[in-house]
Amino acid sequence: MSIAATTAREVTAQLATGKSKDRTVGSLVFLCALWFSLFFGVMVLVALIASTAIKGAPRFDAELLTNYTSIVRPETAGFRAGILGSLWLMLFTAIMAVPLGIAAAVYLEEFADPNKPWNRLIEVNLQNLAAVPSIVYGLLAVAVMALLGFDDAGIVLGGALALALLILPVIIITTREAVRAVPREIRDGSLALGATVWQTTWRQTLPSAVPGIATGTILGLSRAIGEAAPLVVVGLAGSVLFDPEGMMSKVTALPMQIYSLTSQSREELREAASAAIIVLLVMILGLNALAIYIRNKFQRSW
Amino acid sequence: MSTTTAGPAGPSNATGLPAAPFLGAKRRPLEAVIKALLIISAMLSIAITFGIIAALIRPVIDFFGEIPFSTFFSNDQQFGVLPLVVGTLMVTVIALVVAVPLGLGAAMYLSEYASRRARKVLKPTVELLAGVPSVVYGFFALTFVTPALLQGLLNLEIGFTNALAAGLVLGVMIIPTIASLAEDALSAVPQAMRQGSLAMGANRMQTTVRVVLPAAISGVAAAIVLGMSRAIGETMIVALAAGAQKNSSLDIFEGHQTMTGFMAQTAGGENPVGSLEYNTLFAVGMLLFLITLVLNMISISIVRRFRQAY
Repeated sequence: MSIAATTAREVTAQLATGKSKDRTVGSLVFLCALWFSLFFGVMVLVALIASTAIKGAPRFDAELLTNYTSIVRPETAGFRAGILGSLWLMLFTAIMAVPLGIAAAVYLEEFADPNKPWNRLIEVNLQNLAAVPSIVYGLLAVAVMALLGFDDAGIVLGGALALALLILPVIIITTREAVRAVPREIRDGSLALGATVWQTTWRQTLPSAVPGIATGTILGLSRAIGEAAPLVVVGLAGSVLFDPEGMMSKVTALPMQIYSLTSQSREELREAASAAIIVLLVMILGLNALAIYIRNKFQRSW
Repeated sequence: MSTTTAGPAGPSNATGLPAAPFLGAKRRPLEAVIKALLIISAMLSIAITFGIIAALIRPVIDFFGEIPFSTFFSNDQQFGVLPLVVGTLMVTVIALVVAVPLGLGAAMYLSEYASRRARKVLKPTVELLAGVPSVVYGFFALTFVTPALLQGLLNLEIGFTNALAAGLVLGVMIIPTIASLAEDALSAVPQAMRQGSLAMGANRMQTTVRVVLPAAISGVAAAIVLGMSRAIGETMIVALAAGAQKNSSLDIFEGHQTMTGFMAQTAGGENPVGSLEYNTLFAVGMLLFLITLVLNMISISIVRRFRQAY
């Protein structure tokens, strides 16, 4: 930016803040309204967490993590199957979605000519896929599973497939941003030394983009771990009384258990659901904290 | 890398003269394979879109083989989709009434008032709302908003499941979508327009509301359309809190089943694959997909146009 533009910007900022015209009643009311809209969400979040934690408080014990759900004795219901199920689903979701997402992003950023209509189509299509309702991905996963000849509903593979399809656009979009943030000069330097485009991508661009890619992937997974809608469609059970033990094993997930417990109107089950929500929120918070840690620790600015 | 076959340039052999550098491109068959794999991965995103349509189309054809269009788009208790559309629209409108002012307010603050440092802290705070799973919001609407807020605090004569609570909570959920897209649009307005407005004696509020907002209006519109598409496609909040009964009245205090709520209920039930009830799920899913597709396309094309403006 030129000096003139910088000075102009500073003067603008001074004018904008220093003048007493911003202190009229109307302006202050407006500013308060903006503050309110900014913090409304935080207030809702506090209310949500507080009310849920209070409801679920009697259930914070070891049984919550080690027991299976029980309709007969809901006061001892635990979420072992759901927690393990969610972890298994995340593992297979990541295995399916991450390599594909990164490969697609690398192609679009490093190889594709953005002016070709075909690549523009991919672009628009991606933006659209990111906004397709999650429940529709459940329908797609059902159809793909039927096509592949798996007859059992509610298995790890089906659930993971639905979630992988759901977060694939998210991973592609965030990876593209991470790759794009790597400065042009690094690529030019590598290419000038005789490396091919692929060598440049593999040895220079991707390693520099890893923190961004990891952050995006973890955020994508933290979205997947909280999703219930596609899992309902894929046919995951609300309650399973054994640990998942493979791709073909019947499974449930934490959000599914919350859904099925909440839809029954017994108070003890709601209590168990509240406790499960706190567990789920802790898991998601953990993933987000990890993403933020990676971003702050490893991200370079050029 | 290329030391084995091509031979590097530089002084070599007996003549003492530099060897002629090898300038031709080395053949790298593996790289062609890698590139092909990358292209296939990128194409997969297109395949997913066609996959969705292909997955929906067969059951939908089966469905319309037995149920005529006129029954589907009617108030028919079993196969009519009209009450579901009414329910969806009501919940969406309530959600937008909450999310548009609050989302825009947050966007205006972040873009026009917050310092760079403040924005760095405040933006993730707003986006926290998007990280909460929708099933948790559904639980919150059902067990807190309806009994404690609407029935307790406001003393409303309201059903145990109702469109109002679901819509309010859904609105909170889409605030970050609207706020973050609208902020992008507001920030894209050139600084010169603000400077011009301030130089004419307008204060910050006037500049924000009368100059920046109108200049960014298409981007803001795109944000709202995308928020609307999110609200229509959201499932768990409405499945838990909006009700499980088809209801084509316009009373927001009553329970209304929405399209997504119906889908979750049907899919969670014990309908055998291929049965008429099961195919209804796909017919409603197709309608949902088409509605959100159109909204997304509108939003994307508006964004494209406004990007070209500056």
